[in-house]
Amino acid sequence: MLVIKNLHVSVFDTPILKGLDLEVKAGEVHAIMGPNGSGKSTLSNVIAGRDGYEVTEGSIEYMGNDLTELEADERACEGIFLAFQYPVEIPGVSNMAMLKAAINSKRKYHGEDEISAGDFLKLIREKADLVEMKQEFLKRSVNEGFSGGEKKRNEILQMAMLEPKLALLDETDSGLDIDALKVVSQGVNALRSPDRAMVLVTHYQRLLDYIVPDFVHVLANGRIVKSGDKSLALELEEKGYGWIDGLQKAG
Amino acid sequence: MSEALNEKNKDLKALVKREYKEGFITDIESDTFEPGLNEDVIRRISARKNEPEFMLEYRLKAFRRWQKMPEPDWAHIDYPKIDFQDIAYFSEPKKKPKLDSLDDVDPKLLETYEKLGIPLEEQKMLANVAVDAVFDSVSVRTTFRETLSKAGVIFMPISEALQEHPELVKQYLGTVVPPQDNYYAALNAAVFSDGSFVYIPKGVRCPMELSTYFRINEMNTGQFERTLIIADEGAYVSYLEGCTAPQRDENQLHAAVVELIAHKDAEIKYSTVQNWYPGDENGKGGIYNFVTKRGVCKGERAKISWTQVETGSAITWKYPSVVLQGDHSVGEFYSVALTHNKQQADTGTKMIHMGKNTSSTIISKGISAGHGQNAYRGLVKVTKGADNARNFSQCDSLLLGDRCGAHTFPYMEVENPSANLEHEATTSKISEDQLFYLQQRGLSEEASVSMIVNGFCKEVFRELPMEFAVEAQKLLDVSLEGAVG
Repeated sequence: MLVIKNLHVSVFDTPILKGLDLEVKAGEVHAIMGPNGSGKSTLSNVIAGRDGYEVTEGSIEYMGNDLTELEADERACEGIFLAFQYPVEIPGVSNMAMLKAAINSKRKYHGEDEISAGDFLKLIREKADLVEMKQEFLKRSVNEGFSGGEKKRNEILQMAMLEPKLALLDETDSGLDIDALKVVSQGVNALRSPDRAMVLVTHYQRLLDYIVPDFVHVLANGRIVKSGDKSLALELEEKGYGWIDGLQKAG
Repeated sequence: MSEALNEKNKDLKALVKREYKEGFITDIESDTFEPGLNEDVIRRISARKNEPEFMLEYRLKAFRRWQKMPEPDWAHIDYPKIDFQDIAYFSEPKKKPKLDSLDDVDPKLLETYEKLGIPLEEQKMLANVAVDAVFDSVSVRTTFRETLSKAGVIFMPISEALQEHPELVKQYLGTVVPPQDNYYAALNAAVFSDGSFVYIPKGVRCPMELSTYFRINEMNTGQFERTLIIADEGAYVSYLEGCTAPQRDENQLHAAVVELIAHKDAEIKYSTVQNWYPGDENGKGGIYNFVTKRGVCKGERAKISWTQVETGSAITWKYPSVVLQGDHSVGEFYSVALTHNKQQADTGTKMIHMGKNTSSTIISKGISAGHGQNAYRGLVKVTKGADNARNFSQCDSLLLGDRCGAHTFPYMEVENPSANLEHEATTSKISEDQLFYLQQRGLSEEASVSMIVNGFCKEVFRELPMEFAVEAQKLLDVSLEGAVG
């Protein structure tokens, strides 16, 4: 589904990713771990198509096509979803209105009719239960006055509504207490499916206790320096990111 | 990064070409006075309308005052000096419409309003909205008059009200905005040609929305309409005005006066969707909109609410105000003002608290894009006897791009220590974070901007009558097309 080869990315002319390789297939869950400043968020932003992230070398292929040719909204319509580390507040725009517009925009892109009001309501009620979100939240302005946990749950709700092919979760565990983490993880796990891929970007191992990945990659200094299965995350937790420095020097 | 953004801005600018779809000209034979203003012109206007003697005197007195008044220059707007001798003060379609039958109305006029989405044939109209259509200096047609008169409501052009109800007009005209009030009010009092007159009798809730649709067509013609709305004790009325003009390279002057009188327990809700031609992207052409709007809550528990969506005009100079005379009376002002390209707006309100336990609310949303300049100017005044006055003001500005400006000039004059005034103001830019967030959910850049701006205006839009809230949103979208960058 996603094939990244020798990816170099600069932000404000500063190289951040320096030759990253990654392949993600449908149905797989990958975790990208790494210390602060290693380029984790840059990776999710560049896949999602944020302005200002310049690909200077290498390629990103998605479903067999060059992803860098597409605008952010086109990528979203093609099935890429980014759950934000810091979800943004949109005052005066209700969660419902935003989601309905998003779903219809995606449908239009694929030449489909708009969703009916009834179907939309049914869908959003069902998905809100998934992340234990009360109906009243749906009517409130997008993320405005939400707690950290509510914002993250809202991200997962949006993901559930938009049914992406490739979901990127950027530090979804940050700022969550253990109860909120459980709810969010439950929501994410319910969305695992054989034709959906997920990439979790995280600093800490603890998220992976709840969302068990198929692969773990360690990102350091703009490159993936080690890959393995779930046990790699535990090893990393035990040895600390200092261990990575050693790996890099050895590499 | 900046290069990528610049590229994007260029793409957007290509999309920007703002379409003013109301910009067409109706080719109709008109009887227009030659440009120029003197007592003779005023006498001719008055004679043309067959006005009672008191009206001519009222006009002449106003004109003499106006001649001695200086043109105001305190607003945050910049424009070449207006040559008042270069404007024609009266224009009407040659084929004079008779208001009792549509058959007598020039089909070109009907077509014009049809094109503007305001059909004047009743079977085609929104079922619960009565319309008075004003074309240049005259009212073309007022719909649903029969239904309204059954309820005792008077809704007719003010020129007709002067014939049919001269005592009512005489009793109220100029009591809220006296001719000497300001330069443009004096000019209007001298030369106004038409406008709407509304009287809601005691205890009557007006059975439908009333609206006036103003259209300037003739070249080099000013439009000076006069609206007078009276809600007697316990009455209620919701009134809406809309305005458009053809796309012309010359600036045109529009100087209206609106007076509202709410008696004891009465409520007047006055909404404006102003979409006069704003001029092109280089600031050529467009309407100069100098308007005086004021209401007085005369009796106890009277309420006046102004809602305005101002997207048009090259210049907007407008401060819909409420004089809170009656105890427990309520004044409200909800405003969205958008300036794009070279548009300038200096708009706000005045809330004058005089009665006891009066309260007022001001919600102002200014949006600036392109080189637009947007100023909020508001006065909250609490006089000595106004015990326990309350005011809440919120003035928010949203900037799109870095060449536009937002300015806030709040004034407070408090002579009573029991007053409780709150003022909040914010200025923000549409953030790249917000845009990316919505785009990542699959919305195009334009749709994202529109959604953010509409969210910003929500508190005002929800005050508009349902039928027009949707129209206002669409108008905002059109006015903002490609404004990011």
